[in-house]
This record gives sequence, C-alpha cells and structure tokens, in this order.
Amino acid sequence: MHRLLNQMVISLLALGFVMPLIWAAVTSITPSSEMLTRSNPFAVTEPTFGNYFKAWETIPFPIYYWNTIMIVLGILMVQLLTLTLAAYAFARLRFVGQGLLFVLFLVQIMVPPDILIFPNYTVMKELHLIDTKWAIMIPYWASSFGVFLLRQTFKQIPYELDEASRVDGCRWWRTLWHIYLPSARPTYIAFSLISISTHWSNFMWPLIVTDSVNNRPLTVGIAIFAQSFETGAQWGTVTAATMMVISPLLIAFFFFQRKFVESFMHAGLK
Amino acid sequence: MTRSWPRRFRGYRLKDNLLAYALLFPSLLLLAVFTFYPMVKVLDWSFYETVLKERHFAGLDQYKHVLQDEVFHKVLRNNVWLALVTVPVSIWLALYMAVWVNGKLRGRSLIRAAFFYPTLIPMIAIANIWLFIYTPDYGLLDKFLGLFGIQGPGWLGEPGWVLVSMMVMLIWKEAGYFMIFFLAGLQSLPQEVYQAAQMDGAGPLRKFRAITFPLLMPTTLFVLVIATTNSFKLVDHLYIMTKGGPNNASNLLLYHIYETAFSFWDMGKASVLTVILLVMLLAVSIFYYGFLDKRIHY
Repeated sequence: MHRLLNQMVISLLALGFVMPLIWAAVTSITPSSEMLTRSNPFAVTEPTFGNYFKAWETIPFPIYYWNTIMIVLGILMVQLLTLTLAAYAFARLRFVGQGLLFVLFLVQIMVPPDILIFPNYTVMKELHLIDTKWAIMIPYWASSFGVFLLRQTFKQIPYELDEASRVDGCRWWRTLWHIYLPSARPTYIAFSLISISTHWSNFMWPLIVTDSVNNRPLTVGIAIFAQSFETGAQWGTVTAATMMVISPLLIAFFFFQRKFVESFMHAGLK
Repeated sequence: MTRSWPRRFRGYRLKDNLLAYALLFPSLLLLAVFTFYPMVKVLDWSFYETVLKERHFAGLDQYKHVLQDEVFHKVLRNNVWLALVTVPVSIWLALYMAVWVNGKLRGRSLIRAAFFYPTLIPMIAIANIWLFIYTPDYGLLDKFLGLFGIQGPGWLGEPGWVLVSMMVMLIWKEAGYFMIFFLAGLQSLPQEVYQAAQMDGAGPLRKFRAITFPLLMPTTLFVLVIATTNSFKLVDHLYIMTKGGPNNASNLLLYHIYETAFSFWDMGKASVLTVILLVMLLAVSIFYYGFLDKRIHY
C-alpha cells in the first residue's frame, strides 16, 4: 500500500521537476504571435524554429561555444594533472605536516574561489590577465574536492600492488600510470563530468574578468542578451537561446546517464 | 638518515617527504595564490579606506559602518533565512528521493534523470526559464493557479514573496545533486543488517529510522557542508531575475559584494563584506567538523 502511494508521490514529484524543461522546450518553438494569446502554455498551433534562427543570428554563438569549450577543457586538463599528483601523495605517502596540509586543502572546499571574487579580481589585475581566458581558468586549476575524491579511490587500491611493482623495478610514476590511473577510471569520469558541467555553467567570475566577445563564455553572452529584451513576445527567442546553452549538457547527460550515476556511486563518495 | 631524526618523525622517510612535497607543489601553489593570498589580502584591505586611489588606515571604522548598515542587515538576514530553509528542505527531499529511487520502482532511471538534470543546467539558464515561470498572469505558475481560480501574487515583484520564490527554485536545483550523494551512500550500506531487520518484521519507517539514517550520517555531514557553502555561493540568478530587489528583498551576501565592488567600486566595504562572509563560512565548517563529527559514528 505505502509502496503504491510512494510510487505516486515520487512520480508526481518527478513530473514537477521536469515541467520547467518541458515548458522551456515548448516555448522555444512557439511563434511570438502566439506567445501571449495562448491560454494553454503547452499548446502550440504552429510550431516554428524561427526563434532558434533569430537567436543564432543575434548572438555570436560560434564564438561563445568555442570560448566555453576552450575554458572547460583548459580547466579540466590541468585539474586532472594536479589532482592526480596531490591525491597520490595524500593516499600513499607519509610526510611531515600531512595533517596540516590536509586541513589547508580542506579550506578550499569551504571557501571556493567563487566566494573570493573581489580579491581574486585584484590578483588577476596584478597578473595583467583581465579579459583573457586565462583569468577565467587559472583559479580553478587546483580542486580540493577532486583531490579528496581521488584520494579516497586511491586508498582502496591494495597496497600490495604498489609493493609488487616496486619489486619488479617500477618507479612510482609507472605504478601510478599502470595501476592507479586505470583502477580509478570511474572516479576520473565522475570528476570530469562534474568539472565540465560546473565550468560550463560558471557565470559570475567570467562576467567580472571579461569584457569582450572574444573571451566571454556562453553563460555571460546569453545573460547579456537576456537583459536586453523587453516584451513577452521575445520569450521565444530567449528560451531558444537558453535551450542552445543547456542542450549540450543535457545530451551528454542522457548519453552518459548510466555511466555517470554509476561512476558517482563507485567513486567512494561516502 | 632516519636514525638522526627526532623521535616524533621516526617512521618518516626523507625520500617520501621530498616526493610528497614535489607532488603537492602544483596544487599548493595554486591554493596559495587563489585561496590563501586573497584571504589575507582582503583582511588587510578591510582596514583601509580608499578615496580617489589614496589609501587611509581606517582601523575598524569600516566594520562599524557595515555592521550598522541597514542594507547589510537585510542582506544578511535574507541569506541566513535562505540557508535555514533551503539546506534542510533540500537535504530531506534528496534523502526521500534517494531512498525510493534506490528501491524497486517503475521508470526508475527516468525519475532519477528528472531529479538530477536541474543540477547540470547553468544557473543563468535556470534564471531565464524561471523568470518566465514566475511572470505575473502570463507565466506558467499563474496560468496553472488560474485553473483553480487563484490569483497569484507578484512572485518576484513583492518583497514578501520574492525570497520564497527563490527558495523554491534553489531547492529544485539542488535536491537532485544531494540525492546522488545519498544514492552513493545507500549503495554501500551492508545488506545483512536489512535482512536481519526484515526477519524481525521491521516496517520501512522503522528500518529507515534505525538503520538507514544513522548509517548515512557521514554522507549527511558531507552534504550539509556542501549545501551550506552553496547557499552562500549561488547568486547568478539574481543578476537575471531581480538584481537583488525589490528593495533588497532578495539580495544575498555574495551579490551584495559583487555590487559593492564592481558597481560602486567601494573597495573597503567590499573587503569587509568578504571578510564577514569568510568568517561565517569557516565558523560553520568548524562547527560541522568539530562539533557534529564527534557525534557521528562511522
């Protein structure tokens, strides 16, 4: 009995959760003439892709997509390197000051760079990096969250494998490459997906450190566009533009859904 | 080599130490430049007043100004309310969703996807969509309420409603993210305990209270830290939806810092606000880790 009730409650809840997306998708193909007159927001008599064409013409999407992809990959590549090294040190080595360094890393989880927008802006100014893609990327190159996530995974790898490879004459980096990296693949996937979606979505920091179209990511571009529209008739264009920003993430998610959720679960997030 | 070291360092090897520091160096350097240096810098600036590029030592004067500022009080109150409501509600919702999505359920992966997708979407995109949902009369919410003959208030226009509207949206965005952490936690729970409880004839509520919830405490603590930090970090929507208005009714600390620093260029005040935010976040984390941690059994 309670099972049936919960099935109903949870299904309704899920329906409530997808509603904004469905509505946005429907609105994006509604012609502007119908926008304010329709009584049922989900009924479209003459669906059109006109809004998409209009958004594509108004917003320099190719540049914004390119910038966002460069930024997201530029962050991820360096993160993967720094966090592998740090996680290995924390998981497998004993060194003086280990506890203190652990706490120092922990601080970044509580005070992420997003909070320090004002002082970090001046740091970027001192480095003469304002209005460059570097300024958007560099503060995120080290990720304590990633270090802790990966450290947890590394710790679960049996230490005997380390010793065995050492007996075989392997240096630590070969052990890292041949044993740790392959065993931690689910964690790397989970972290990469989190990192990509986080930085694809980042807005406030890029807004502050960039001024030109050539360095702006999608989020900033679309926010500036959304601020410039005036009447409800333009909703269609704004939602179409919004759909274009989120669809790469949604498509990637539906493709990797299983893998994503599973890798998250195996990643030792406990 | 090892023998000449003091007693407490026995068991450490020099080679391991050098290697460890070399491996940690890149991360540490970045943390130093973009976390620790800015923290110290902003504390230093908070004692100086800048007028036309000239710095004057102001001591605690700026703190006094900020602490007496009506707008600051309002913004702080908003942010604390936002945290007090959204953090527990989204965590409970996430736990509820995780427990059921983890069990046998029709359309499980679809439902899971429905809960999780808002997490992936940029806040800016969410703000664009929800702005239209909340629009009076023409918006989705008012159209829906109209079916029942209810006239909605100005969701984003009325000071009494705007924060509530924001809370609903943030819970919608965050709950699915926390759900994934709980799902991961649930997967790692020992099945034997449940079988034993099953034989004792424990009902689902009992099982949840006696087994699931206590065993999930470490996950809950982790989620609590993330959720609290987020409630002070998620501000992008304000740029699109309200700019903190009406009359600062939806303004939050980080957005207030953004306005103070980059619209009014008041360096001193922005520094003081940042320091206050930092102290709050660190205090909350110390409370969580130091106080709650000891009450949780691993």
